[in-house]
Amino acid sequence: MSETLINTQQLKRSDFVSDQAVKWCPGCGDYAILAQAQKVFPDLGVKKENFVFISGIGCSSRFPYYMDTYGFHTIHGRAAAIASGVKVANPELSVWIITGDGDGLSIGGNHTIHLLRRNIDVNIILFNNRIYGLTKGQYSPTSELGKVTKSTPLGSIDRPFNPASLALGSRGSFIARTLDRETKHMQEMIKRSHAHHGTSFLEVYQNCLIFNDGAFENLTNRDVKEDNILYLEDGQPMLFGSKKTKGIHLDGNVPVVIDIEDDKWSVDDVLVHDEKDFIIASILSHITFQPGLPTPIGVMYAKDVPVYEDLHMAQIDKAKTNRQGSVSDILTAGDTWTVE
Amino acid sequence: MSEQTAEMKHVEEVIIRFAGDSGDGMQLTGDRFTANTAIIGNDLSTLPDYPAEIRAPAGSLAGVSAFQLRFSSKDIHTPGDEPDVLVAMNPAALKVHLKEIVKGGTIIVNANAFTPKNLKLAGYETNPLEDDSLKNLYTLYSIEMTKLVVAACADMDLSSKDIERTKNMLALGYLFWMYNRPLENTKTWLKQKFAKKPLIAEANIRALDTGRNYGSTTEVFTTRYTVAKAQLRKGTYRNINGNYATALGLAAAAEKAGRPLFYGGYPITPASDVLHTLAAWKHMNVRTFQAEDEIAGIAAAIGAAFAGNLACTATSGPGVALKSEALGLAVMAELPIVVVNVQRGGPSTGLPTKTEQADLYQAVYGRNGEAPIPVIAAATPGDCFYAAYEASRIAVMYMTPVILLTDGYLGNGSEPWAIPSMDDLPDIPLKFVTEHNGEDRFLPYLRDEKTLARAWAIPGTPGCEHRIGGLEKGDPTGDVNYDPDNHHVMIMRRAEKVNGISRELPETKVYGKKSGDLLLLSWGGTFGSTRSAAEKLQSEDASIGHVHLRWINPFPNDLGDILAKYDKILIPEINAGQLRTMIRAEYLVDAIGLNIVRGRPIRSRDIIEKVKEMVG
Ligand code: SF4
Repeated sequence: MSETLINTQQLKRSDFVSDQAVKWCPGCGDYAILAQAQKVFPDLGVKKENFVFISGIGCSSRFPYYMDTYGFHTIHGRAAAIASGVKVANPELSVWIITGDGDGLSIGGNHTIHLLRRNIDVNIILFNNRIYGLTKGQYSPTSELGKVTKSTPLGSIDRPFNPASLALGSRGSFIARTLDRETKHMQEMIKRSHAHHGTSFLEVYQNCLIFNDGAFENLTNRDVKEDNILYLEDGQPMLFGSKKTKGIHLDGNVPVVIDIEDDKWSVDDVLVHDEKDFIIASILSHITFQPGLPTPIGVMYAKDVPVYEDLHMAQIDKAKTNRQGSVSDILTAGDTWTVE
Repeated sequence: MSEQTAEMKHVEEVIIRFAGDSGDGMQLTGDRFTANTAIIGNDLSTLPDYPAEIRAPAGSLAGVSAFQLRFSSKDIHTPGDEPDVLVAMNPAALKVHLKEIVKGGTIIVNANAFTPKNLKLAGYETNPLEDDSLKNLYTLYSIEMTKLVVAACADMDLSSKDIERTKNMLALGYLFWMYNRPLENTKTWLKQKFAKKPLIAEANIRALDTGRNYGSTTEVFTTRYTVAKAQLRKGTYRNINGNYATALGLAAAAEKAGRPLFYGGYPITPASDVLHTLAAWKHMNVRTFQAEDEIAGIAAAIGAAFAGNLACTATSGPGVALKSEALGLAVMAELPIVVVNVQRGGPSTGLPTKTEQADLYQAVYGRNGEAPIPVIAAATPGDCFYAAYEASRIAVMYMTPVILLTDGYLGNGSEPWAIPSMDDLPDIPLKFVTEHNGEDRFLPYLRDEKTLARAWAIPGTPGCEHRIGGLEKGDPTGDVNYDPDNHHVMIMRRAEKVNGISRELPETKVYGKKSGDLLLLSWGGTFGSTRSAAEKLQSEDASIGHVHLRWINPFPNDLGDILAKYDKILIPEINAGQLRTMIRAEYLVDAIGLNIVRGRPIRSRDIIEKVKEMVG
């Protein structure tokens, strides 16, 4: 949000399309994410030259090559750390980290959690396809227990991460989720990520049709998705289902699904979403893979907390008022003596 | 008691080693003697030597901390081989350091610390102060330091622990008397340091005075010494240690370039002081980022370089190992960063607090693929400033990461240093491209004809939007390129660029004979020992020369010709022969090594002996 706003020149989608041929597999969910980004970015109010895309390694990490902005396709897992340096070096920039479940949560997990903790004002878009694509199909840290892949012929025995819970546990200040197939929703989430001052963490459920096709079938199949997705809206009761008649109710501290058409319940019994409430965010992140409960989509948590580079620059400004001087002053400070 | 008139003797130089428990304040005592000695105008060189444990059990051999100081009326290059004086605050300190004291030297001990418990901890069966073992070989002064400070501060409202802790100041006061030095500087310093605890300041000052008075009023001491001012070159001097000088060199380069200095790093012994020093300079727009690990430290620096800061990181060998993949990225992305390696004993965790030169291969070769990186090494603590400045200059001029090798001895050791003027330092040629340099787009890998540095445009520059990364780059578009011929061209370009840095190197200086029987070839922290050895041999008319290498990658262009002018080449290194292998490979000469890897500087004496053995 600290990026310089412009009104003088309206940017277009084409301004963000680079001259590089896109090389993802035809039908990959990554295309949809690229398309939404190119659609939304002209309207974010940021000068084109101030956008920077930083990625690590993986299918998703090719993303910067396709955006005609500043971009840096770095090394496996390190995008978060490199982006931190970019932003602290120049807080004017609008910095976007493009990563995946392997890149950002496995090899780069340490950088992801520490970035969230510091709350540097950068945006993470994590493409979660629950598989390793670029290395051709091994299980990832978000693959479900028992997943049969090339490296787990008898099924994986690793319990997976839930990225939203991890981000929340890392004290992330903005945690949201969207789906590659929900284009309008994704646009909205990209805008919200940008608007948040602090680190934004946007998980995108992305279909890898080559190695993990249908991983989110229950959330994308028209026949069933309404029953499986809980669209979050701040201040609104958590209703879902094709007729919005099902709701999330707290039984003690256990979330359960109720039917408000049932005489026993009314909409007043349904939990109301509050983006600033950490407890609600914890519940929402937790119910992600719970059998019998829908998957929350939208902004789970958004809270303004101190931003790293703001504090950093404030310290620099304060130091400048408290102490003037340059290297020459330090060179000659302390005990010195002169030889004639 | 009356003031005794001890005989005053002039000596050329003295080497003192202060040794005691980690909690005895030996580093501080050494520092204070150093500061006072610097102001007096002696040349000096120091070698702090501390244990890796923060607080090993009191009185144990593992907990001994030491500080060696050599001061002289001549120009000196090392902290010296064998101390003339050992101050041992307990039996363990005596046990650890006795074998290195020159025979006939002076030993000063705190007699009160030689308790049965401490003797046992140090492995003494009998008290060495009570038999003749020491007295026969050394001049032994056994002083009841603890008792003296307790008596001096008896009327003060302080705990006995606080009072006993001042015994290091008593030892210092006594040495100031012995070497004829004023106490005022130290008193002023104590008052400043303990400004918020005036009682502690007072107790320390009393201890200092008590030590001095003890020297002047007891009859045991018959000789005092003076060391005349050294004839240093004209200029204003300060005392400086290597890590501070490194930080200052980096900050000076950033200021000269007019860019913020960005430091990304992770704490590691013995490099952390670079981070600490820079963290205190926020008023100069220095941005320090203590990252979550070594990898993030360099990664953040690479990001900051991409965004146009002058970026750097400092670490030690294990940290460089973790950073090596990112170093490869900096090579591929051709971004300027300075990576400082304050070398310590390895491999693995090794000897964290001891010095070594065994990361040379790692610096020159330690990456996947053909990833040439320029490597520069500092020669002395003060030289760390110039080496850090030069590393920054070359990094931005050639668009490359640069590795600066220092070591634990240089980083923690100190020497008097002629303060440079910012005006005299060369320009840092940092230039950003502000308009695209191709037909209709920015070409990030369009190179400067002379240096082969690529064009540098930073985010925020309209019209120069571009993508870089770790995949092979197309020449000059920077687009991802898998073409076999392009890969070959880029490999050769990167190597040619780094080799071309040799054009920046001045003519190599040869000390001593320009041709002859033997050439001493050194690099990094072994400069001092090697130059001292060369001076000694020179004074004996030996037919030897000494060349010290500042840049190890690339080597200076005239090095081959120089090597050819000597019958033999000797390379002293604190490793198993790394520069020797490189020199043999590059110049096909039969270089011989002197390799002593004890976690300490090589002694001049050992070099002299080896030379004599080789040239008879
Ligand atoms: S492997 Fe999967 S994630 Fe990668 S590009 Fe192909 S479909 Fe997309």
